[in-house]
Amino acid sequence: MSEILLKATALEKRYGGLKAVSGVSIDVHRDEVHAVIGPNGAGKSTLINLLSGDAAVTSGAILLRDRDITSMAPQRRAMAGVGRSYQKTTIFADATVFENVRLAAQAHGGQPLRMFGGVAKDGNVNARAQAAIDEVGLTHRSQTIAKSMSHGEQRQLEIAMVLATEPKLILLDEPLAGMGHAEAARMIEIIHRLKDGRAVLLVEHDMDAVFALADRLTVMADGKVIASGDPEHVRNHPDVRQAYLGHEDGVAA
Amino acid sequence: MNALFQKSSKPILALLIVAMVLPIIAPTYYVQFASKAMLMAIVAVSLNLAVGYGGLVSLCHAAFFGLGGYMLGFTSSDSAGASIWLSLPVALFVVAAVAALIGALSLRTRGIYFIMVTLAFGEMLFYFFHDTKIGGGSDGMYIYFKPEIALGDLTLIDLEDARAFYYVALACLVGASLLIRMLVKSPFGHALAAAKGNERRALSLGFPVFWIRLAAFVISATLAGLAGYFSAAQFGFIAPQMLGWHLSATVLVMVVLGGMSSVLGPIFGAIALLGLEEVLKASFEHWKLINGLLIIALVFALPGGLQQMASLLIPKGAAPEPDLQSMPPKEAVPHV
Ligand SMILES: Nc1ncnc2c1ncn2[C@@H]1O[C@H](COP(=O)(O)OP(=O)(O)OP(=O)(O)O)[C@@H](O)[C@H]1O
Ligand SMILES: [Mg+2]
Repeated sequence: MSEILLKATALEKRYGGLKAVSGVSIDVHRDEVHAVIGPNGAGKSTLINLLSGDAAVTSGAILLRDRDITSMAPQRRAMAGVGRSYQKTTIFADATVFENVRLAAQAHGGQPLRMFGGVAKDGNVNARAQAAIDEVGLTHRSQTIAKSMSHGEQRQLEIAMVLATEPKLILLDEPLAGMGHAEAARMIEIIHRLKDGRAVLLVEHDMDAVFALADRLTVMADGKVIASGDPEHVRNHPDVRQAYLGHEDGVAA
Repeated sequence: MNALFQKSSKPILALLIVAMVLPIIAPTYYVQFASKAMLMAIVAVSLNLAVGYGGLVSLCHAAFFGLGGYMLGFTSSDSAGASIWLSLPVALFVVAAVAALIGALSLRTRGIYFIMVTLAFGEMLFYFFHDTKIGGGSDGMYIYFKPEIALGDLTLIDLEDARAFYYVALACLVGASLLIRMLVKSPFGHALAAAKGNERRALSLGFPVFWIRLAAFVISATLAGLAGYFSAAQFGFIAPQMLGWHLSATVLVMVVLGGMSSVLGPIFGAIALLGLEEVLKASFEHWKLINGLLIIALVFALPGGLQQMASLLIPKGAAPEPDLQSMPPKEAVPHV
């Protein structure tokens, strides 16, 4: 079995009286896509926020390899190898595609905050940015201002930015949301390549994509894990049918 | 981002030459006025690092300006000028330390709260000098001798001479502009702008946003302190008004007028505003009222600042022999 890159145990997040995430334990392995599904409000985005540091845990522990990152700030987790995309596209909208990805590469380059010498000088950073842009297929869009691109292209850009940070663990929050069929197919292909040498946690509503990509599947409802394991097994789990769809039609559309 | 520099290094060179010869041809009064304007321009240029590039709308930069002036007062004696080699570094260090403290506390807030917190800190410094005897209270203090730029007994530059002072102010302005330009173009500057563009994204990429902003804030404040040091030297006087929010707001108007998206824009904002004041002062009794109305009209009429007006006044085709190597082909480069 491949190495466990991320190990989260008994995570809990309370917002006032609401337990958005409760008793969630999850492992994400290298070279694997671990999909997390569940109805709206199940706590999937909150789980990602806990893992990335965007939200602080109420209790529980998060290990990245052997390193305890439970109380690390998001920027330090990013430096430790956690990259993420957001449910709502989060990019530098007024900058070009290249500048967006270059910034990501810069943050993980040799001198991320050098105060002298222009940014064009750093050949290694530029090369890594270009490679990430090529990887997601935005090569022809390099000089386009991010906000003037289609929604799907902006999501690809966000993935390229994550890639350029050279993460060990990638957290994707509904990367296919709002995409057309062709764009979604392209994104599925990209995500499939992402897991090579990395661990990917994928939150997604598109079941075709989930079953095409997932090596492992966890189903959440009301902040709790109701089933986890092999996708085929989980799909046929009676609790999942009940909780996820509220009737017995099964998970796959 | 740095359009002004890329577009037009020739006009800037021409301006610099004009600035170099001005003291030779202009009467002393105007040389002094130009020195004063250039020192304000330093504050505007450095404030723009925080405001335009960092998105940190500070309303306490006058406090750093004034503090720089008070530090000259404290390091000067009644019988001789302070040695600039000691007095200036001390002044800059104290301003930087105070800015680091104020910045570290203010930068925990965002947007309108940041404006209010910096305003509050600025007023605290104002009342600190206004209500205590440390700097002569509300009367302020006199600086009888300008700082000495000397090696041993040899005076290198005599700041008592209005024209020599002018060149020192010009050198400071050029130096400050070059420093800001270098920062803005560097990875640091890009990270600063990224944090302004999308803080959440900047953090999740791994940028230590708080420290980046603090560094920009402190550098910006220290340059304001430098300008304040020389302003106090020029007037031979320092008073609490130089720390007040009114001056902070005025410099902010200079930045907005000149345009926040370029390094040099705020210089034009400063010169325009002070020039306007000077003209109105000479012609009208109620010049402050007219001045205020004109500024409001200008800011509304020119949302992009005076810099855009300048590019409107000089149509592209009429620019003297464009340098083909450094000029991008028309429309090929989007203005970000
Ligand atoms: N910052 C917050 N403050 C208060 N409540 C929150 C906050 N974030 C999430 N919640 C609540 O936590 C619960 C889980 O939300 P979350 O966004 O994690 O769900 P989700 O599974 O991602 O849903 P969706 O599929 O709609 O994206 C919801 O009831 C939500 O209202
Ligand atoms: Mg969600």
